[in-house]
Amino acid sequence: MGQLGGFLKIHRVGFDKRDPEQRVRDYDQYFSLQPEEELRKQGARCMDCGIPFCHEGCPLGNLIPDWNDLVYRDKWQDAIVQLHATNNFPEFTGRICPAPCESACVLAINDDPVAIEQIEMAIVEKAFEEGWIVPEPPDRRTGKTVGVIGSGPAGLAVAAELNRCGHTVTVYERDEGPGGLLRFGVPDAKLPKVVIDRRIALLEAEGVRFEYRVDVGRDVTAAELRERHDALVVAIGSRLHRDVEAPGRELGGIHFAMDYLYQRNRWVAAQEGRPSRAPEPGSEIVAAGKRVVVIGGGDTGMDCISNANREGAVEATILDVYQELPPSGRDARTPWPLPPKRTATTYALEEGGARWWGTEVTGFAGVEGRVAEVHARRVTGTSSRDLQPVAGSEFSVPADLVLVAIGFSHPEHDGLVTALGLDLDPRGNVRTRQTYRASEAGVYACGDARVGQSLVVTAIAEGRRCARIVNRDLGGSPMDADREQLAIGAWSGVEDHTLRHEAEAAGNVRLGDDFFSGPGGTI
Amino acid sequence: MDTNKPPQAAGLYHPENEHDACGVAFVAKLTDGPDHGVIDRALYALENLEHRGAAGADPTTGDGAGILLQLPDEFFRAVAGVELPPAGRYGVGVCFLPTEEGAQARLVALIERTIAEEGQRVLAWRDVPVDDAHVGIVAGRSAPCIRQVLIGAAEELPDQDAFERRLYVIRRLIEKAAGEQLAIPSCSSRTIAYKGMLTAPQLSGYFPDLKDERFTTRLALVHSRFSTNTFPSWELAHPYRTIAHNGEINTLRGNVNWMRARESQLASELFGEDLGKVMPVVKQGGSDSATFDNVLELLVLAGRPITHAVMMMVPEAYRDRTDVPPAVRGFYDYHACVMEPWDGPAVVAFTDGRQVGATLDRNGLRPGRWVQTSDGYVVLASETGVTKAAPSEIVRKGRLQPGKIFLVDLEQGRIVEDEEVKARVAAQRPYAEWYAERVVHLDDLPERAPRAPRVEPLRSKQLAFGYSQEDLRMVIAPMAANGEEPTASMGNDHALAVLSDRQPPLFAYFKQLFAQVTNPPIDPIRESVVMSLATSVGGSLNLLAESPAHAHQLFMRQPILRNQELEKLRQVSHDVFHAATIDLTWPIEMGTDGMEWRLEAICAEASQWVERGANILILSDRNVGAERVGIPSLLAVAAIHHHLVRAGTRLRCGLVIETGEPREIHHMATLIGYGAAAINPYLMFESLDELTDRGLLPIDLDRETAEQRIVKAIGKGLLKTFSKMGISTIQSYCGAQIFEAVGLAPELIERHFTGTASRIGGIGMDVLAKEALERHLRAYPRTGREVLPVGGVLQWRRDGEVHIWNPDTIALLQQSVRAQNGDGPQTYAEFSRAVNEDSARKASLRGLMRLRTLPEPIPLEQVEPAEEIVKRFSTGAMSLGAISRESHETLAIAMNRLGAKSNTGEGGEDPSRYEADSNGDLRRSSIKQIASGRFGVTPHYLVNADRLQIKMAQGAKPGEGGQLPGHKVDDYIAWLRNSTAGVGLISPPPHHDIYSIEDLKQLIYDLRCANPRAEVSVKLVSEVGVGTVAAGVAKANADHVVISGHDGGTGASPQSSIQAAGIPWEIGLAETQQTLLLNDLRSRITVEADGQMKTGRDVVIAALLGADEIGFSTAPLIAMGCIMMRVCHLNTCPVGIATQDPELRKRFEGTPEHVVKYLFFVAEEARELMAALGVRSFDELIGRTDLLELDAAIDHWKARGVDLSSVFTMPDVPRDAPRHRTRPPEPVLEDALDWELIRQAEPALDRAEPMRIASTVRNVNRTVGGLLSSEIARRYGPDGMPADTIAVDFDGSAGQSFGAWLMHGVTFTLSGETNDYAGKGLAGGLLTVRPPEDAGFAAEENVIVGNTVLYGATAGRAFFRGLAGERFAVRNSGAVAVVEGVGDHGCEYMTGGRVVVLGPTGRNFAAGMSGGVAYVYDEHRTFASCCNVELVELEALSEHDEAELRDLVAEHAQRTGSPVARRLLEDWEAAARAFVTVMPRDYRRALEERAAAEAAAAQPTAEPAGA
Repeated sequence: MGQLGGFLKIHRVGFDKRDPEQRVRDYDQYFSLQPEEELRKQGARCMDCGIPFCHEGCPLGNLIPDWNDLVYRDKWQDAIVQLHATNNFPEFTGRICPAPCESACVLAINDDPVAIEQIEMAIVEKAFEEGWIVPEPPDRRTGKTVGVIGSGPAGLAVAAELNRCGHTVTVYERDEGPGGLLRFGVPDAKLPKVVIDRRIALLEAEGVRFEYRVDVGRDVTAAELRERHDALVVAIGSRLHRDVEAPGRELGGIHFAMDYLYQRNRWVAAQEGRPSRAPEPGSEIVAAGKRVVVIGGGDTGMDCISNANREGAVEATILDVYQELPPSGRDARTPWPLPPKRTATTYALEEGGARWWGTEVTGFAGVEGRVAEVHARRVTGTSSRDLQPVAGSEFSVPADLVLVAIGFSHPEHDGLVTALGLDLDPRGNVRTRQTYRASEAGVYACGDARVGQSLVVTAIAEGRRCARIVNRDLGGSPMDADREQLAIGAWSGVEDHTLRHEAEAAGNVRLGDDFFSGPGGTI
Repeated sequence: MDTNKPPQAAGLYHPENEHDACGVAFVAKLTDGPDHGVIDRALYALENLEHRGAAGADPTTGDGAGILLQLPDEFFRAVAGVELPPAGRYGVGVCFLPTEEGAQARLVALIERTIAEEGQRVLAWRDVPVDDAHVGIVAGRSAPCIRQVLIGAAEELPDQDAFERRLYVIRRLIEKAAGEQLAIPSCSSRTIAYKGMLTAPQLSGYFPDLKDERFTTRLALVHSRFSTNTFPSWELAHPYRTIAHNGEINTLRGNVNWMRARESQLASELFGEDLGKVMPVVKQGGSDSATFDNVLELLVLAGRPITHAVMMMVPEAYRDRTDVPPAVRGFYDYHACVMEPWDGPAVVAFTDGRQVGATLDRNGLRPGRWVQTSDGYVVLASETGVTKAAPSEIVRKGRLQPGKIFLVDLEQGRIVEDEEVKARVAAQRPYAEWYAERVVHLDDLPERAPRAPRVEPLRSKQLAFGYSQEDLRMVIAPMAANGEEPTASMGNDHALAVLSDRQPPLFAYFKQLFAQVTNPPIDPIRESVVMSLATSVGGSLNLLAESPAHAHQLFMRQPILRNQELEKLRQVSHDVFHAATIDLTWPIEMGTDGMEWRLEAICAEASQWVERGANILILSDRNVGAERVGIPSLLAVAAIHHHLVRAGTRLRCGLVIETGEPREIHHMATLIGYGAAAINPYLMFESLDELTDRGLLPIDLDRETAEQRIVKAIGKGLLKTFSKMGISTIQSYCGAQIFEAVGLAPELIERHFTGTASRIGGIGMDVLAKEALERHLRAYPRTGREVLPVGGVLQWRRDGEVHIWNPDTIALLQQSVRAQNGDGPQTYAEFSRAVNEDSARKASLRGLMRLRTLPEPIPLEQVEPAEEIVKRFSTGAMSLGAISRESHETLAIAMNRLGAKSNTGEGGEDPSRYEADSNGDLRRSSIKQIASGRFGVTPHYLVNADRLQIKMAQGAKPGEGGQLPGHKVDDYIAWLRNSTAGVGLISPPPHHDIYSIEDLKQLIYDLRCANPRAEVSVKLVSEVGVGTVAAGVAKANADHVVISGHDGGTGASPQSSIQAAGIPWEIGLAETQQTLLLNDLRSRITVEADGQMKTGRDVVIAALLGADEIGFSTAPLIAMGCIMMRVCHLNTCPVGIATQDPELRKRFEGTPEHVVKYLFFVAEEARELMAALGVRSFDELIGRTDLLELDAAIDHWKARGVDLSSVFTMPDVPRDAPRHRTRPPEPVLEDALDWELIRQAEPALDRAEPMRIASTVRNVNRTVGGLLSSEIARRYGPDGMPADTIAVDFDGSAGQSFGAWLMHGVTFTLSGETNDYAGKGLAGGLLTVRPPEDAGFAAEENVIVGNTVLYGATAGRAFFRGLAGERFAVRNSGAVAVVEGVGDHGCEYMTGGRVVVLGPTGRNFAAGMSGGVAYVYDEHRTFASCCNVELVELEALSEHDEAELRDLVAEHAQRTGSPVARRLLEDWEAAARAFVTVMPRDYRRALEERAAAEAAAAQPTAEPAGA
């Protein structure tokens, strides 16, 4: 597989990025794929490891060496079959996954990892282009119906898988379109929404039903839904923001990042003539002409900067509590093959703006009830638990707009979760343990709602595994027997002991400590 | 006579696993009448072979010795006490009776009654006098009462042959009725045997009869036994009734089954009705020799001359040979239809009382030398030098040759040459005509259109038969692309089949057996001349008759049938062949019950078809589909095979299997091993077609070529598989069941795999059926685009098979030794928990065990400190070559810091590593390995060792050799290995000086001579019987034995070997411990276990099962950074460990601290477990199996049937019997001749003063020169002393290994002859052997040195005036030698040096020769047909070479006085034209490249050359 010793001769070539000065003027995708020939060479760098750590590093367990090799050998159609076998939506992960696979790549020990994510995206895009991806509705229906609440990546994955098993699936979404944070959180520059629409059209063609603008608990009661379906899957994400607790927080002009991103994404949609809900008059958050300070240096923070730059902000600054990353991008706490806790994504900063490392916000000062300055100081320490202020390091940053992007604590409890009477775990997530079964019979949870904020790839993996359990509980089909065994561990009484899925499966992810819930790493 | 038997099976010990090897000799008197001198000569020979036998824990008790003689008429007339009929009209039965009177009386009555019932007369009983002063203590206790019954012939018997048959019938009837109580070593009117559990010198003392001058004979066959056990057995001493045997019959299980299958067809005019009385022909529970004897005896008594019978049973390799006369070839072809070969390395000395002879197996793997003296005696023995005859009395001498018969015909009074014997036998009947007329070749059958019962989608079939993506991508595709099995690396750490939830195929439960110590594996590539894949089907006829119809077989060149070939068979339309197809599927609605039901049905159908005359049964699962499930193909074949064997109809048909299931070489091997003559793996072919069509194979490969290549790959793989066990032909492998089952229920084994070793129970029919259904359910009812399961056996995948090494365990281990913040121990604890409580439980036997811990542990500080425990650790034999110099030295430093041991692996060691580094670190490996390639094995290397380890087998590929590809041989490695950079190096499968246990004993002795201060260790791999081999190793005076698991690592091995050969160490280690204890040998030897050792728990379990020491290999590599790429063989290791690429080596980041930390973590974990067990010291831990039990908490649905009680068995020995090593080694070197040489050479050794010594030498003086050379290497280093400093002139017949290790500065000149292994490991010394001045024979026509001369020589010169035996200069890497003729396989695997052959060569010259040059004097231009030109080219002598050659010939003349050399020199110009240069192609290329590089390097800026 791959080319013998290819990694010694071929160097890594990443995505082709557009000129920052150009791209900041539009909302189009800021990167593109390398030519096919180059990608095949990149595939040749894969060493076909006896133990592919990338495959384990991927929460989905993507069969990375297998499709790297197929790309190298120009067998793209085989590659998409292999890729789809473990990943329902490679076009999402191929664009916005922080690629823990690449961190775990054996070449990453002492070299540049294989360009796995780019190859992934290339496979799926070529497959769409060639028309290889067509709806595959199930042969027969089981007569069972499932309601999925939430159309984020977890909800979509669970819906896709259960539909494929022959169950009739309805997805309820309170917003005007599907995708959850994929649609409303991630900027078009990273994930053009047409990519989501393309996939939704396939799912619809396969028989998945979508109901938008249905807020369960308000537009329809939880009880009604339980009545309507044989199973309910709660995939509502983890949307309760974490907030900054500092004097002056109440000042105007300080917003949660996600509120800003929702507005920007809807604005772009409106510009492109797609249906979108307009903001309540008076609640518009505008960065144009302003000095913008973003608190939090994760992906959400970066996306705020990206939008602020496009809107025409005067200045854009990130205050990041963490220390500057070493050049390797990896600190001692996350030795190979673990992914670094922090992503060094700087696509937004390439376009403008600055990041101040090791700074903690101590307060806000305002003029006429609107924020004007952010007070901060330097801190040392490696995690939120051991931060130490540096004496005498206090400073201020002028700000007209402050965006808080320090993550989410847990799913919203009001409404659905309360109405269904679901137990919560100590961190406020829906308690399911390993089985994805919530405390109420016939109700399941997956994705961020179950494990706390995480990556899109984790969400898809969650959805897939949850679907296996639901399918089995619904009577399933004999051909799924082997898969079920894998999902719940065939070894009775002994827990599955793989690198990180155990924590993930058990729902005992500690915020700030596990790679898929780093600050700002919402997706 | 219970005391006469080995103990019954208990625990893992089973008496069936006993092996023996021996010294054998016969003496025949060519002329005149019988005399007593024959016996004297035979006993003298026997006593001089004694060093080949062995003694056990009781040194006075031998393993057995005996003598077979002509019945001495004069003697019996004198001692019978009654009037005897004329000679030939009476016989003597020698009876071993129980000493207990009642039992004895009953048996005597039985004997007398039987004789009477068979119409003969009891003339008298005679108590055989014995002298108890001449028997060992243990043997004496179990001695039987030996009595002779004299039987008179009935009047009506027409001749002596008829009387012999009658005596045979009487004996069989008595044996059958008496059971184990009685043994009858001989019962004949022609011959008589005296034998017992004696040492060679005791034999004549114990039996005063043998000293009686009236006891006269013209022939005597003697034998001295070296058994792996020490259990008392008088009966198992040789000779048997017709043979004495030195060797092994590897195919015994199959031969016995086939004999049994034949019995219902046996008919003989000579025996008539009596034949029923002797059935079964094979006495139950006999050894391989005894069984062979049983069959040979029957064949002879039923009318075949003994030479004929021997040729049938041990045919020579005749296929594809031009030098075998057509009639003889016809004989062999014909008899191949009648009987499968009894295959294995063996000298069989045989006699019927009128002729005496010996034959050697087809590959010449046992020694045999003979002399004829002027006074009319012929002596043949395992060694030369066992006669008292003076050189002037010797008329002729020679050696046994592969496949040849050496015969003395007493009636004609002469030696009959092999050609004459065979021509005469072959001319008895027109065998060649019969064969040519009747045999049908598959190729000649008409083509037929395919007839398949159904067409199913490919994907569904693949799913139903359990195919994975890995099977397609990593097994099938590479075989088709390259025409050979793919190579892989690292060990097998995945779940045992019985623990796997991934429905592994039934094949995976069967582990291949392999040869180690007691017989050699074969190199099927380099020695392909002896291998054969030819197979046939059809019905066999009565073994005891001969007719043209016996040759009616359908012949196939090889056993893998493509679809159209199978159709030819299925639709055969022929008056003799009738094919029937049996459906192996059952209806799915019957569920799991259906399989057993269908299995019964197919057995019945098979019988019915045979009754109706079908002689080709095609077992087919083509009918698999949505509604029908397939029986596992192996189960179907084995079930029908054994059913027909039991029914006695097996030989009336051949079994062919048409199945979708098999796709690996191991799958094919198991099917053949359980009775399939041919296989049509149709789904493998269809899958291959799919790969071709999808473009997943190289573009230039069309379907046809791809299929041809995969057939070729499987053929090569099959040969590899047979050869591991030392079997050469598919015909003898078929049905031989050379497997051990791991994880199958006893009922299943007993019923369908009858006779297969299987020791831990496991799954039964129900689970097999369930798994078959599960596979089936993947495929049906759904089909279509479904992707295949990933597999994950060869490479880890998350949804694939469980591996103990996985991303989790590797990352944790690496993080634990790298942690800088004190988290190391905690991270290690996570690692060990992940292994012990999770992955090991899912994958290994030890995972199923539980430690019986105390409720309250003892305080940790009372447990032996970790610093002591780590000293018991060693790292595995990873060669520099497999791993980089940096990794190799890092390991050595780490182990030296711990006071533990690292291992060189094969390939020498840089002497700079013998000196400490400036920081005090030592890079020297304590353990020096001696592997079959002997690369870099010099006296200097050996003296710089604490332990010398003989690698008999390697866990990843037991029974195979190794190969270091040319691209890994850089200047440094080439220098260490004394070879040429860029030229690939081959390590042969066997050590060519170890074909048997007594050979191992000799090598151990050689190594002790090379370094008397080092321990000698022998590395074995677990398989059934490893315990008895280990006992043999202990008796061969080793200090240390390693029991490796099947899961050991490798830098490069064939995939199927890594997966399918050998068994877990847990079983092998427990068997070893139990067998050593039962033999009272445990205290003599240290036991080490290795194979996927990872944690302290592994260490403790190994100790509890019997290990004093523990070996680690992969885990320390992982600590240093290995991430299990499994590409060691590709030289692309990205972390710089398993590579020689300078760029990649720079990436190596491992340190000694990593390894030190890891092993300390392991030791600390072990201490905690010891505290929990309440055991304070490691010594107390060893062998405490009472502290282990099956873990009841692990309720795995498949593992429920596993029963480890045999593993936990504590043998019935006294409580205080030592369970670990307590005794020093036997002082075997005390009587070495070298001490005297060293004493005399003291001035030379001290002051390098040249001196000359004279000495006589005998065959009992072994390894002469070894200790002397060791002394020189120790004092003077690798370059020794100046040439000729110590010159010794010897006189006599030297023993084995004469001149071994001979160092620079020593010159040995021998007037006389030597046995095998002369000049072994020659290291700069000068060795000359010439005949004595007064020799009565022409040297150039007679053998002067034995087999395997100059094995592994690295430097020096040798001159032999006379002929050498097989494998002259094998693996020579630097010595220069001149000889006057060689046997087969000359210059095999040679990598350097010069060899000049002035006379004839045997076959297969230069096989595997990758370096050095040979010059062969080819006067008659016949050499080309003897030379294996795979690696070499033959060319005329160049000018440059001519000068060198002439000098060598001149030196030969000068040193040996050779008339041959003188003649050549007299007309040198003509002589030079007759020489052929044998030049290895790669070697020449490398030399040319080097010359070019040197020319370029002549520029001033050149880099200094490599080390």
